[in-house]
Formats: sequence, structure tokens, C-alpha cells
Amino acid sequence: MRLYALAVFAFLYLPIAIIALFSFNAGRHASQFSGFSTQWYGKALSNPFVMEALWNSLIVAFASALIASVFGTMAALALQGMRGRVRAIADALIYIAVMVPGIVIGIATLIALVTVFGWINPLLALLGPEGGAPQLGMGHGTLIAAHALFSMALVILILRARLEGMDRTLIEASADLYASPAATFRQVTLPMIFPGILAGFLLSFTFSFDDFIIAFFVAGSETTLPIYVFSSIRRGVTPEINAIGTMVLAASLVLLVAAQLILRRGTRSGGRDAA
Amino acid sequence: MQRRLVSGLLLAPAGVWFAVMLVLPLCFVLVFSLGERGAAGGYVPAFTLEQYANLPARGQAFLNTLILAPMGTLLALVIAYPLAYFLALEVGPKWRTTLLILVIVPFWTSILIRSYAWIFILGGQGLPALLEWMGFGAPRLINTRFAVLTGIVYGYLPLMVLPIYVSLERLDKRLLEASADLGAPPFRSFLQVVLPLSLPGVATGCMLVFILLMGEFLIPAMLGGGKVFFIGNALVDLFLQSRNWAFGAAVAVTLVAIMLVTVTFYLVLMRRLGGTRGNVELI
Repeated sequence: MRLYALAVFAFLYLPIAIIALFSFNAGRHASQFSGFSTQWYGKALSNPFVMEALWNSLIVAFASALIASVFGTMAALALQGMRGRVRAIADALIYIAVMVPGIVIGIATLIALVTVFGWINPLLALLGPEGGAPQLGMGHGTLIAAHALFSMALVILILRARLEGMDRTLIEASADLYASPAATFRQVTLPMIFPGILAGFLLSFTFSFDDFIIAFFVAGSETTLPIYVFSSIRRGVTPEINAIGTMVLAASLVLLVAAQLILRRGTRSGGRDAA
Repeated sequence: MQRRLVSGLLLAPAGVWFAVMLVLPLCFVLVFSLGERGAAGGYVPAFTLEQYANLPARGQAFLNTLILAPMGTLLALVIAYPLAYFLALEVGPKWRTTLLILVIVPFWTSILIRSYAWIFILGGQGLPALLEWMGFGAPRLINTRFAVLTGIVYGYLPLMVLPIYVSLERLDKRLLEASADLGAPPFRSFLQVVLPLSLPGVATGCMLVFILLMGEFLIPAMLGGGKVFFIGNALVDLFLQSRNWAFGAAVAVTLVAIMLVTVTFYLVLMRRLGGTRGNVELI
């Protein structure tokens, strides 16, 4: 049994390890390791296309995770203890956002936004200065909005589990001691759910940073790091991709382990984090 | 009254976001799927079921998906179950959390990079070259169904392990002792006690993996090399290359319909199994 588990863990981690190992390969070829070198990292980091894609990915991931954390937290607080129609609709929408495949979300967002922009842009052109009117198009903004949707659903799910597992008596005690609702929120609720918000932010960031399929449809002419990697793989396997891949994996591993540790520490005994 | 106002204000931004970025786009897909293709691609408004009648034109993609997705799900189940059993019943609490995190983490790392790892391993310079060197000949591994299935199992294994783990972990260990006290050999206890009680977890895992596989694009695109293509690959082609939006929308609606049928089937099955819908820890 132990050996079997070991084999499965090897299956899960060996491919990642091989990519990391060969990113330090001095030679070009995948099949033979011809000496240790960090030259491919240097090549990747001095490639302006890689840097631009990385920068785009970071902006989109940060902005979408921030929006999702703030609005998602607000929504989770409002939904806490709520019953009835609003709650049912909210639940349905959250599950749809999580369950509908990214490719369908990407396509749907693309055709909806392109069509709506097609209606709005002529109006903007009429209202704005001659020839210089701002025009809406696919790019950073649309990608941030699309990623924020999925992440918001994620944040709400994480926080809902936290809020359900929370000890209600603390809030009642706070009210009994004449704390205003705002003070109770600041001094009791927020400290208890803050790890959940932070973990939600980190997971949202990771999701956005790694997402390929939604970005593929919604990013317009912008290139994110996964889009760059996907198109360069089509041109052939190079050690440079190994180096980029290793950096991306390392970055997400750090964020994920941080999110796991934050979520699993402290008030975990109460409820199960659900998703 | 004031409470309702506060709730409304708190919900408003997320509500607007979901309306504009989820409900509106999905309505657009539905409307577009009833339209016609423009002369230069794109979409022309119409009200016709022509696009749906035309679905068999992409029958191969549906067929591939409906064969390989269940196969991948089954393979993942066979590999995941013993691991979940090990984690839930044989590992001490000290190691359990660490091992669980080790299972979850790959799921959240870039599936693009992880599939790329298999291009690297199964490609001509990788495993085949190694096998040739060892004197086994050089089989072609990349761009085959085998490669796609490997990628699928690799990508979705964590999603299968977790629900099964949850159902096994909740199992009352005294039942196992009772079964042993009554003289049942371990294998019989497993078949008659553990397995039936873990079925809700198995069903949840299969449902999750299957519906995510239905919309898969990256794994077949990268490891199937255009030879093994899924519905997702047809969608990318229809929207980004052939620009046949109306037909693409019909394919997308059909895909979501298949997923809805799967989820409904799952919910009915769960009611039969009598299991509580176990919350799965993916986070």
C-alpha cells in the first residue's frame, strides 16, 4: 500500500521534477543532460516578449484577485444566514460560474462583449471628440473582468464555509456587550474570516496567473504568460520553456502552500471548507 | 429594514458582476446558437435550428470526447481509489495533512505546464529515445490516444482522490472492527462495508472529472497533436479559425446540455445512494 502511494506521488511529481531538472541543462537536447547551467533562465528573463507577457499576467492576476476578494467577501457576508429566493439564485449562479467549463465561459464572454462593444462604440464615437473618441475593445480590462468572475465565486465558496463554521456566540456576546454592528464586524467577524479572505486572494491570483483557456478568448491581442508558452510550444520544445515553466510552477507552489497553511491553521476545527 | 438595505448594498457589486459577466454572456450563446453564419464569418441574427441539425458535422469531436472522457474518468478512478483508501485509513494523522496538500497542490498549478511536461517526456527526445537506447525500439507515444489519456489521468487525479478520501475518512471505523469481529476476512469487509459506504465519494469524483473533461481543450491540443481532438478543440477552431460563431454557439450549448444531463443523473444517483452530498475539499 505504501509503495503504491509512493508510486502515485512519483507519477504526480516526477514530470514536474523533470522539467525543473532540464531547465538547468546546459545543452539543447531533452534526452541528455549535458551539464548544469542557468543560461536558459537568463535567456527567458531577457526576452522582451516573455517579460511583457509576465507583466500582463501579473497585472491581470493582481487586479482580478483584488476585485474578487473585496466583492466576494461583501457578497459572502450578505449571503450569510440568508434564506429564500435571493439565496437560491445566488447559489445557482455561483455553481454555474464554477461548473461551466472555462472554454464555454471564454466563448460566451467573447461573443457577448464583442457584440455589446459593437453597439456602444459608435455611440462613443458620436459623443467623443472627432476621431479621438475612446473605443472599447478586448484586452486587459475584459480579461480582468472575466477572471474576477470565477475568482469571486471561489472567494464566496471559501468564505461561506468559514462563516458557517464560525462560532455565532461570539457575535452574540459582542452584541450583548453593546458593541455596534460595525464594531462587532471589525473586532470579531473580520479577524476570524481574514485568513479565508487571504487564502481566497492567493487562490484567485494563482487561478488567474495559470489560466490559459479564458484568456485565449478574452485577452484580445494581449499576451499573457500561458498564452506565450502555449504558442511557443507549438513552435517546438526548447529549454527556455522549461525555465519559464519551472518559474511558473515554483511561483504557484509558494502561493498554494501559503494558502493551504493559512486555511488549515486556526479555526479549522469547525466547518469543512467546501468547494 | 436597515439590515436588508445593508445586505442589498453588499450584494450589489457581485450581483452586477455575475449578471454582466455570466448571465448575459450565456444568454448571448443561446441566442447566437439560433442564428446563422455571416458571409464573412461571425453571426447574422435569425431564428432557426439549422445549427443544431448541423451538429453531426463535428460528430467526430463529440465521439472522441464521449469515448475518451469516460475512459479517462475510469482510469483516474482505478488509480485514485487505492490512494484515497491509503490516505484515509492507513496514514496517521501526523502525515495525513501533508500528504493531502501534496495531492491538492498539483491540481492548482498550471495544467499547461504540466501537460507540457508530458510533451517533453513522451516526445521523440524523451521516453522513446530512452527506450530505443535500452533496445526496445522507439515507439511513437506523443500525439496518440495513449498520450491524451496519460495527460487526463495526470491532470485530474487529484480531483478524483479528494471526494473518495472524504467519504472514506468519514466512515465509522467501528464498522470495520465489527465486521472483523464477526469473522469477515479483510477483503470481504472491504467489499461489503467500505466500498458501499464510499460510493457517494466515487460518484462525486467521477462526476467532477467527467464534466471537466467534457470541456477539455489543452490536453488533447498539446498531447493529441490535432489527431485526437475533443469538443473543446472543435470550439476553438470554430470561434478563432473558421469564425463560424452561430455553429460554435450551438456546439457550446450542446456541450453544456450534456453536462447538465450528467449532473442531473448524478443528483438522482446520490439520492438513491442515500449519501449526503459530501463537501469536497479542493481548497
